[in-house]
Amino acid sequence: MADTILIVVEQREGKLNRVSLETLTAAQAIAAETNWDLEAAVAGGSVDAIVQEIAKVKVKKIYAIESPKLERYTAEAYVSALKQFIGSKQPKLVLMPHTYQVRDFAPRLAAALGRTLISDAIGYRKDGTKLVFTRQMFQGKFTADVSFSCDPPHFATFQAGSYRGDRVEMGASAAPVEKIAAQADGSAVRVKPLEIFKEAKQAVDLTQAEIIVSVGRGIKEQKNIELAKALADALGGEIAASRPICDSGWLPMDRQIGSSGQTVAPKLYLALGISGAIQHIVGMKGSRSIIAINKDAEAPIFEIADFGVVGNLFDIVPALTEEVRKAKT
Amino acid sequence: MKILVCMKQVPQKDAPLKLNESGTWIREDVSYEVNEPDAYALEEALRQKEKHGGEVVVITTGPARAQQVLREALAKGADRAIHLEGNEFVGLDSFNTAKAIAASIKDEQFDLIFTGLQSDDYGYAQTGVLLAEILGWPHATIIMSIEKSDGGVRLKRELEAGFFQHLEMPLPAVLTIQSGINKLRYATLIGIKQAKNKPLRKVTHAEIQHALGPNLQKIEKLYIPQKQKKTEMLEGSAAEVAKKLVDKLKNEVRVL
Repeated sequence: MADTILIVVEQREGKLNRVSLETLTAAQAIAAETNWDLEAAVAGGSVDAIVQEIAKVKVKKIYAIESPKLERYTAEAYVSALKQFIGSKQPKLVLMPHTYQVRDFAPRLAAALGRTLISDAIGYRKDGTKLVFTRQMFQGKFTADVSFSCDPPHFATFQAGSYRGDRVEMGASAAPVEKIAAQADGSAVRVKPLEIFKEAKQAVDLTQAEIIVSVGRGIKEQKNIELAKALADALGGEIAASRPICDSGWLPMDRQIGSSGQTVAPKLYLALGISGAIQHIVGMKGSRSIIAINKDAEAPIFEIADFGVVGNLFDIVPALTEEVRKAKT
Repeated sequence: MKILVCMKQVPQKDAPLKLNESGTWIREDVSYEVNEPDAYALEEALRQKEKHGGEVVVITTGPARAQQVLREALAKGADRAIHLEGNEFVGLDSFNTAKAIAASIKDEQFDLIFTGLQSDDYGYAQTGVLLAEILGWPHATIIMSIEKSDGGVRLKRELEAGFFQHLEMPLPAVLTIQSGINKLRYATLIGIKQAKNKPLRKVTHAEIQHALGPNLQKIEKLYIPQKQKKTEMLEGSAAEVAKKLVDKLKNEVRVL
């Protein structure tokens, strides 16, 4: 087999996870620089619909890896099927989106083949003949260049939002499809997947809000949330929070922004005492304007803010609320 | 149930971090704390023990300073601790860390192993899953609820965008625990006192070296992130900053 990049496209319950397109964009860029072939694989019970969708993208070939054992996702069946497939194909590089499903099985898949996974990458760089992946460390305070020190296949996952899914290059004609009857060993599956559900009705749809005032750990105490609420009211916006605030029960879960909460892109996102951990950033970095107020000048939130204030939010927020009220009258 | 909780010591959240001279890691002279998701993993193990009986054992890797994490866990109610002690453990990749943990518990029989879902330093989110692969156990990640059932556990796993899934699996198993699964307890004075007499087994790098391989990935260098945007920093007193912000909201953001 020629040198190949293999993308494992994610489907859940028969639907394409569109983050896969971002990974395809990244893979097309890597393929262009390395002259490696680009192929995609979709695993599942019956994946025709998704294969048709991916076939429009400029890839050399698509593998439809099918088995009744892959109908509902389990890490064990996925590892078993993909281990067989990747073991026989020996691609140079296997790329996947860094989703909750992928983080559940990908480390195990790489280890089952005696290899390693560079997870949650945000970019890559070609360093001579070597590919180096960049990823955030220490909650985004540093970026790291990470390389493989083992033989291929090399495994890497890309963080959601690292590449633009709408920039993926389409092919001149549909890519050829090869069906693979997966060797997923059903007897090895000990995990029994049950129903997928939403906990409570989403009371607030933050995706529709034009202005969001969001609080993080820097708010210190539950009673201080009122300061942020007053500012949100003055601005005519919604209150939201990073995960730790909702974990503490200071605001309901449906106010949470980030990978496990809602993803928003308002006109204005005002981040109060939010350090800017990756899990939060992925939920709000598409905002048109970002204002960050934080006591820590090194906080990663300032990396993506349009306007930043280093200071004590307990002084600044009441003063700002007052000024906003004045401006509105 | 006999539960092992893997815990990691990481730099404090607001500790100012500096790079070492070679730019490959941080300077170690900072304040440390327990990795937050691991604190939730410990709390969950203590709650399971309170419901079903058994034993809670905590394990960590790292130099002498990392023992603090174990002492705190013992003070909160863990029964005993294992410390893979040495600077050699700091530079291990996730696969090797998982191998080291597996080697150090080969004579134990745990029903469950908990880890936090990821660490606040590397953030790889892999050690627990890799430990399951090495042990040949089933695993599940990002767990938000654990109920004991006949011969196994019934779990609630978090998916993205507000979705969850129930799962069932037999024991033994490895679970990675999501922050917010429970409410953390504080150590009591009695707990802190009792912790001093609880057993803490030390394991050296030499003892488990046979189980390790070469690192399969390498951090080439660490650096300050390149700015994605040009950030305009506003300075002055609270009142001055408030005025400047309102000006921006009016004339640039255009929401006032």
